[in-house]
Amino acid sequence: MRLIAPFAKRLARLALVLICVALVSYGLMMASPIDPVDAYLGPQMAQVSPEQRTLIAQRWGFDESAAVQFGHWLRQLVSGDLGWSHVYNQPVSEVIGQRFQRSIALLGSAWLISALVGFSLGVVAGAKEGSKLDKIISTYAFMTASTPAFWLAIIAVLLFSVTLGWTPTCCAGPAGALNHEVSLATRLHHLLLPLATLALLGIANITLHTRTRMLELMRSDVATHAFAQGASRTDVAWRHGLRHASLPAITLAFASLGELFGGSILIEQVFAYPGLGQATVAAGLRSDVPLLLGIALFTALFVSVGNMIADSLYGVIDPRIQPGGL
Amino acid sequence: MLTIDQLSLQLPLYTSWWKRDWATCLDKFSLTVSPGEVHAVVGASGAGKSLLAYAIMGLLPAPARLNGQLYYQEKPLNASRQRQLRGQELALIPQSLSALDPLVRTQRQVAWAAQRAGQASAHAWHASQQALDHYQLDARAQQAYAHELSGGMARRVLTAMAHVSQAKLVIADEPSVGLDPHQRQRVLNALRELADQGKSVILITHDLRHALPIADRVTIMRDGKRVETAPACAFQGSGASLTNAYSQALWLALPDNAFATAGMSRREQEVNVA
Repeated sequence: MRLIAPFAKRLARLALVLICVALVSYGLMMASPIDPVDAYLGPQMAQVSPEQRTLIAQRWGFDESAAVQFGHWLRQLVSGDLGWSHVYNQPVSEVIGQRFQRSIALLGSAWLISALVGFSLGVVAGAKEGSKLDKIISTYAFMTASTPAFWLAIIAVLLFSVTLGWTPTCCAGPAGALNHEVSLATRLHHLLLPLATLALLGIANITLHTRTRMLELMRSDVATHAFAQGASRTDVAWRHGLRHASLPAITLAFASLGELFGGSILIEQVFAYPGLGQATVAAGLRSDVPLLLGIALFTALFVSVGNMIADSLYGVIDPRIQPGGL
Repeated sequence: MLTIDQLSLQLPLYTSWWKRDWATCLDKFSLTVSPGEVHAVVGASGAGKSLLAYAIMGLLPAPARLNGQLYYQEKPLNASRQRQLRGQELALIPQSLSALDPLVRTQRQVAWAAQRAGQASAHAWHASQQALDHYQLDARAQQAYAHELSGGMARRVLTAMAHVSQAKLVIADEPSVGLDPHQRQRVLNALRELADQGKSVILITHDLRHALPIADRVTIMRDGKRVETAPACAFQGSGASLTNAYSQALWLALPDNAFATAGMSRREQEVNVA
């Protein structure tokens, strides 16, 4: 019971967050000036008569009021149906499923690399403040932290794909090839550049925060006491530093899941990588309400679960933090 | 064991943005500590007691200016020798309880101290348990985190960390502050016991009354200068065998001696009021 109650509380809060996200995104879509029928028809707009337009609108339920439409969507959601995406002419759940598979390869590995490398670099830099290694790492971190993601992506494409020709310029596989024909090596080859760009940017943030926590620790009473016991700086960094610095690193890594989604939208646009980010842009520009709501809900769920994991990890690392509190 | 000869310490002080002055924290301070002795260093806050401890351990911040000589076992104690002896021969019981890592269980921290003193890890684990048992910390306290310990228990953990290193010179910085009489007695007795084993203990405190029963000699410190070094037995009666007016006044001002200020000169009284 003691374990279930906080868990149920968190689930209830998660449901509340998801409803709020759905409401806000729905409101934003309603306020959007793009007409879904026009967006669907595209250049063929001129060839369609007003009667046909009304027919399409009726078929999609656009003739009803916004509240009724939202009610429809919510009822469907409860029965497990996310709706139909008119941009991809597929059920929304299928679109998200397919796109997410590609995105998770990109996002997941970028996240893992930036967390692990960022943390290690931060610990190394913070352990020996002012050393040559610290200066190199901090300079790198400050520079990449202030670099816009899309700009770095464009430079990377120009350098590695266009000038050097090492990596493909776009997409998740060769143009025209069917999904099941693409080998794993080719997939990885296509993943390389977007992944490197995304990871490079993620590393900086975690490095800087870890380094700051390490500097604080190395000046603390704990470190002075350890030095009094004859410990070297490496010893203090290894035994005390890893524990202390992992708290901000974990917070940041899980909180940055949302940022990573945002970053991936830009990166996927630049590299024309057919992931969830690209689908989001398409859904927004062509007023595909069910798909956009589905993606918004899915992203919110993903980020919230990430934060829940971070919350429960705190208790494991710092005994002063009670898991399940509040 | 340890000889401090005319030690002066200056720390930088910025009076304005660009102007740097040097604040004198220790002024030609001399002290000798012999094996088996508890040497109490007594002084008011800001007298430079803790800085003295850091100077002996070699833990002062980089911009410090240090003059004078330190000798440990008849050989000069310079920075490289301090680094080598720290944790092995020299141990510090820090003033602040925040010196315990809040994220690490008690016994593991004591075992680390043993490892840093050069013991193999299996032996260090065993030694840490023995040391904690010795200071009457039960199995629950050994597996506890710092925030779960009482002040007295945390002090005893810090003492156990100094004890486990088998250092020959132990510097205890205000070990009895904030403890109830029972706990204070326990911590002070532990220090006396270390001295009885042939080690040297420097007991830094502002609490003359409670230092006296366990101390062999007492050095009174004021504004970074040594006022007087006297055997503990000189602090009795009217303090007639004390040679310095300040230490006499300090002794007579204790509650047991009726807060007397008679022996104090007019200037001293003004200083105290201020």
